[in-house]
Amino acid sequence: MKGYLVLENGEIFEGERIGYEKDTCLEVVFNTSMAGYLKVFTDPSYSSQGVVMTYPLIGNYGVIPEDMESKKVWVSAVFIHELAETASNFRKVKDLEEYLIENEVPGLKNVNTRKLTKILRNNGTMRGKITSSIENKAEIIKEIKEYKPTNLVGMVSTKRSYVTGEGDIKVSLLDFGCKENIIRELLKRNCTVYVYPQDTPKDKILECNPDGIVLSNGPGDPEDCKIGIETVKELYNGNIPILGICLGHQLMGLATGAKTAKLKYGHRGPNHPVKDLKTDKVYITSQNHGYYIKEDSIDSKKAEISHINLNDGTVEGLRYKDKDIFTVQFHPEACPGPEDTSYIFDEFLSLISTI
Amino acid sequence: MPRNKNIKKVLVIGSGPIIIGQAAEFDYAGTQACVELKKEGLEVILVNSNPATIMTDKNMADKIYIEPLTVKTVKKIIEKEKPDSILPNLGGQTGLNIAMELEEKGFLKENKVTLLGTSAEGIKNAEDRQAFKDMMESINEPCVASKVVNNVEDAVSFSREIGLPVIVRPAYTLGGTGGGIAYTEEQLRDISSNGLHLSRVCQVLIEKCISGWKEIEYEVIRDSKGNCITVCNMENINPVGVHTGDSIVVAPSQTLADREYQMLRTSAIKIISALKIEGGCNVQFALNPNSFEYAVIEVNPRVSRSSALASKATGYPIAKVATKIAIGYTLDEIKNAVTGKTYACFEPVLDYVVVKVPKWPFNKFLTASRELGTQMKATGEVMAIAPTLEAGLMKAIRSLEENVDSLILPKFSSYTDEQIRNELKNVNNETLWVVAENLRRGMSTQQIHEATTIDTFFISKINNLVKLEEELKTNNLSIDLLKKAKVYGYTDRVISQLSKISLEEVKKLRKENGIIAAFKMVDTCAAEFDAETPYYYSSYDDENETEENGDRKKVVVLGSGPIRIGQGIEFDYCSVHSVWSLKKKGYETIIVNNNPETVSTDFDIADKLYFEPLTSEDVENIIDVEKPYGAIVQFGGQTAIKLTRALKEMGVKILGTQEEDMDRAEDRELFDEALNNCGILRPKGSTVYTVEEAKKVANALGYPVLVRPSYVLGGQGMAIAYDDSEITEFINEINKTVQEHPILVDKYMLGKELEVDAICDGEDILIPGIMEHLERAGIHSGDSISVYPTQNISEEHQKKIIEYTEKIAKELNVIGVLNIQFIICEGEVYIIEVNPRSSRTVPYISKVTNLPVIDIATRVILGEKLKNIGYGTGIYRRSEYIAIKMPVFSFEKIKNADTSLGPEMKSTGEVLGVSKSFSDAIVKAFIASGINIPKTGNVLITVRDKDKEEMLPLAKKLFNKGFNIYATKGTATLLKNNGIEVKVVEKIWEGAESIPNLLQLGKINFIINTPTRGKESNRDGFKIRRLAAESKIPCFTSIDTANALYDAIEDTKTEEELEVVDITEV
Repeated sequence: MKGYLVLENGEIFEGERIGYEKDTCLEVVFNTSMAGYLKVFTDPSYSSQGVVMTYPLIGNYGVIPEDMESKKVWVSAVFIHELAETASNFRKVKDLEEYLIENEVPGLKNVNTRKLTKILRNNGTMRGKITSSIENKAEIIKEIKEYKPTNLVGMVSTKRSYVTGEGDIKVSLLDFGCKENIIRELLKRNCTVYVYPQDTPKDKILECNPDGIVLSNGPGDPEDCKIGIETVKELYNGNIPILGICLGHQLMGLATGAKTAKLKYGHRGPNHPVKDLKTDKVYITSQNHGYYIKEDSIDSKKAEISHINLNDGTVEGLRYKDKDIFTVQFHPEACPGPEDTSYIFDEFLSLISTI
Repeated sequence: MPRNKNIKKVLVIGSGPIIIGQAAEFDYAGTQACVELKKEGLEVILVNSNPATIMTDKNMADKIYIEPLTVKTVKKIIEKEKPDSILPNLGGQTGLNIAMELEEKGFLKENKVTLLGTSAEGIKNAEDRQAFKDMMESINEPCVASKVVNNVEDAVSFSREIGLPVIVRPAYTLGGTGGGIAYTEEQLRDISSNGLHLSRVCQVLIEKCISGWKEIEYEVIRDSKGNCITVCNMENINPVGVHTGDSIVVAPSQTLADREYQMLRTSAIKIISALKIEGGCNVQFALNPNSFEYAVIEVNPRVSRSSALASKATGYPIAKVATKIAIGYTLDEIKNAVTGKTYACFEPVLDYVVVKVPKWPFNKFLTASRELGTQMKATGEVMAIAPTLEAGLMKAIRSLEENVDSLILPKFSSYTDEQIRNELKNVNNETLWVVAENLRRGMSTQQIHEATTIDTFFISKINNLVKLEEELKTNNLSIDLLKKAKVYGYTDRVISQLSKISLEEVKKLRKENGIIAAFKMVDTCAAEFDAETPYYYSSYDDENETEENGDRKKVVVLGSGPIRIGQGIEFDYCSVHSVWSLKKKGYETIIVNNNPETVSTDFDIADKLYFEPLTSEDVENIIDVEKPYGAIVQFGGQTAIKLTRALKEMGVKILGTQEEDMDRAEDRELFDEALNNCGILRPKGSTVYTVEEAKKVANALGYPVLVRPSYVLGGQGMAIAYDDSEITEFINEINKTVQEHPILVDKYMLGKELEVDAICDGEDILIPGIMEHLERAGIHSGDSISVYPTQNISEEHQKKIIEYTEKIAKELNVIGVLNIQFIICEGEVYIIEVNPRSSRTVPYISKVTNLPVIDIATRVILGEKLKNIGYGTGIYRRSEYIAIKMPVFSFEKIKNADTSLGPEMKSTGEVLGVSKSFSDAIVKAFIASGINIPKTGNVLITVRDKDKEEMLPLAKKLFNKGFNIYATKGTATLLKNNGIEVKVVEKIWEGAESIPNLLQLGKINFIINTPTRGKESNRDGFKIRRLAAESKIPCFTSIDTANALYDAIEDTKTEEELEVVDITEV
């Protein structure tokens, strides 16, 4: 069955429908990972977004439950070039399409994903709609233009707090849409992780007497996270070591007076070179963000830049002065992508242990 | 870190002649290295024995030594040139081994030469089996259970510990020479004894066999600061057990989830960090398909065939970046040449699939075993880029030029189900087609997986192609079906054959419905960034990305496809030079080629690179988009020539010699007429189609006769027949493939063979020089030792050759280059062949005469006149240096290939010896080709009856020189009767003095064996030659070659005393 992706600028991409049959508006972004589609689709940061996978063969290894970044698919839709008919992997439990249907996620295959990617690159991220009919194009475009996802963080964050692990080090994690692997990385390092919903007040977060706090990744515009920013402000004023990742990094920036802005088409892929300015070494990082902290808005009395993106020079990490706080824009937990920066967790843990 | 300013003068070591396991990829890497070093303002000294390469060109380095790649010679060059550093990791295993030996002996230190890139210790840790294993253990990276042994008994006892089968891998050899899988103890004894012999350090690794695991490779780059990136990973469709050079490889990996992908990537980075590699490096893994268990198979601490493939697959120039790292730069300082914006410190992502398929020489070696294992057998490879794996496979298959452009191999249709099922057990060059045929017969992907251990993912892709065949056969050709077939990479011709609709109709239907090829860019970043690389591949998605670059006239240069015997790197040299020349003249250049190993497919060479199969349909797609002013076909070997007619039909102007004139050189009757018009003689002969006709002609001419198909290169299918039964054998063999053209049967003349390359502008000719073959006619020119300038040809004959060249060039209206083969027989000059195209000898003759042949030819093709170009006309001045081209073979790699030389070419590469003295030049050429020149020792002589008289003087000379002569009975009797002491060896296969024993114990220095007739492999001579090849003992199958060796033996100079020659000063 034919299906379409209509973009807000009126361009239409044709494909064949896969997954769940549902028409929905979304923000269209692209991801350049060649392996790791499952981790992308289940990353809560993609909530409300339709993801174009630039690699043309998707579904090759099917669905592997332990490779997911959350309990469900968070992307609003998937746009791919080819869906593998035969998936092959010793851990496979089902095919990708079956899984998309279970998760009520629609998609299109046989899409000219390269052409679509170039449009997003040139015009910037756009809104769009996946639909089976384009008869009433004007109506669809109107609908797209009115589409504004709200309260994404509230939607993806855990509804109830929970504890996981049995390690000696206690870490509170403020879940703005946390990828599972952040928790796994902490558990690997002898932590017990207390996971809290995004709107948890400071006192509650500190109730467990944490040795450190992690501010997780999450979807959307950081400025929309009003409660989160306020909570982070309070945490900043405390004296517990904090690690911020992606959205967590941006929220700490906003909480300390920096400004964020939207990137033209975001950083989403497994191959972003980031330089650690302290060691002068470059690491290949996994990234997924549409917003960034503006360098000139950073109060140099409060924070110094620890990492930069080698491609476009944007801020990739901040170290807060006179504080045991550092934050990174990229994903040290990888998944999908290179594991080169897992040292960030080690640094966080050693920061905790030196206190 | 910026560039190390202490580096001012760098010695670059090349990889020597093309052999199996070390081919054009090192010309590509070496050329990139030289260009980069020169760009940095460094003085570059180059040594490489291979004259066919682009890297040994005048403009590539400041000083160029086409000298033997031996430690002794490189030492001399270092002493003469006093470089401050040496770049060892871009010249393959050969370059690396030499650099390591110089380092180990303390020579580099003594001469204050710095080893650039990875340290000697790092290289040793990667290369030495035990050191590598220890290092892997120390960083907790799993290796396959293995043990290094120095003798056969230890090999056997270790195999008892870990259980058979085991893999035997000799240390420090190329392409796994001498390795293999042993399933029985007897096999283990055989393989390990041979491997020990071949290893430079007399060690082999005995390893647990993990056949059936996935084989995955990572290309990694690391700089001095410790920054590491992986350029790409690759997955072999053939599981572990088949040499990666013989595997069908896809990039990126297809069946790995992110977890496995990253697990191996992390391991690769950990390994190269531990080895402290500075530059490019390749890590091979075996991955258990049913768990996360993996093992590191091998690390190559240098650029390799895989890195060339990875560079072309991703657009990331590994050799260039590795060179910059070697002179001090770090990855974050090097720009990404593709985007021009980002840095080299990133990892490419692909939005297409790359498929590499090896090109094997089995059509040249009918007796050879086609089985694939740990010993690489391919001479070259093709690569295809497509948005689907199916299309990638189909494109790669037709790029092979094997007359097969689908997954249907006609011969299998006559197999029974059982026969074809049994074929699955044999891993060989036809596996892909065997799998397809079994799917066609109804086997399931799972069943095939169980029989072959190939991943079901790949089998299902093959099955998609097979299912489509059926759809095309049974359904009406709907637009959707046609579109699907194109997306899957079927050509119109295959669609036409399967759907029984004419080719014209398929094409029409396609064009009417807008199903046309659109070209996509290879940009390293999956379109994330704007890129300007003019590097394209075709797809059937919409949106064509090629751009118009202004109003320069466009010229298409067709490349020569995969490296194969008969059509090698020389043609890439010609294509690249033609492109450079066209650029200089202000043309926009477009190159089409499919060989990932070559310089021509570097996106920096032409203004646009189309990485596509060289078939008429694929080329037409490009023509439709580019609408060029014209095309040049005469530099791309037979591959390009074959497309001339198709190009003309597309309305493309052929620049240079026209198709009808090329035809006049190939078509027997037209050629005879042309020669007649010029009053030139040729050996008598006639054209035939059938065995009966051939016999009739042969008997009328009188045996022996030369039979050959027309329109081939490298003497494919060519043979000398001595009687009717051989006529039958040879003609039947030729007719196994359908012949569009008649077969030629000529009187075989045993005379002096000469060769000329010339340029003709329609009015004048320019001949760089006349080359004389040391072997008499009957041995293919590509396999002959060739001497420039001629040594034994009278003034009168030379004049005649020049006269004939001019006459025939003009008669055939040649515009551009041509190559002519002459014979002088009984005082008369004959022409045996005219090739109105560039030839194998063009790079060699260009270098030794200092005449830019291709540049001049290209200018002539564009309309300039020789008189105005400035190099004169007629024959160019004779060089005071003598340059001897010697062929190099890869016989030891191809089990059961007959090593005797004849009219069909068998060599894979060539070397050059240059000196003012003939005997010095021949010594150099022999040394460069890997033949040690014994001053004394033991010679085994066994020749056929008709050669016995001729052999006698040589035997006498050897005897007088103090050589011990061993001979078989017949030969021995004659020698004894002529006063030569001789040890008789029985043609028996056991005992202390048996031939096998003598050879295996290394008691024989060289062999003179002239073959009896026929191509059968059960003769004693064949067995002796095979044993010699496998034991690396030189075996000369022509008395002429043996005489040349004697000239070298007579030369009194040692290698140290030979003067090295910088050819830029010749």
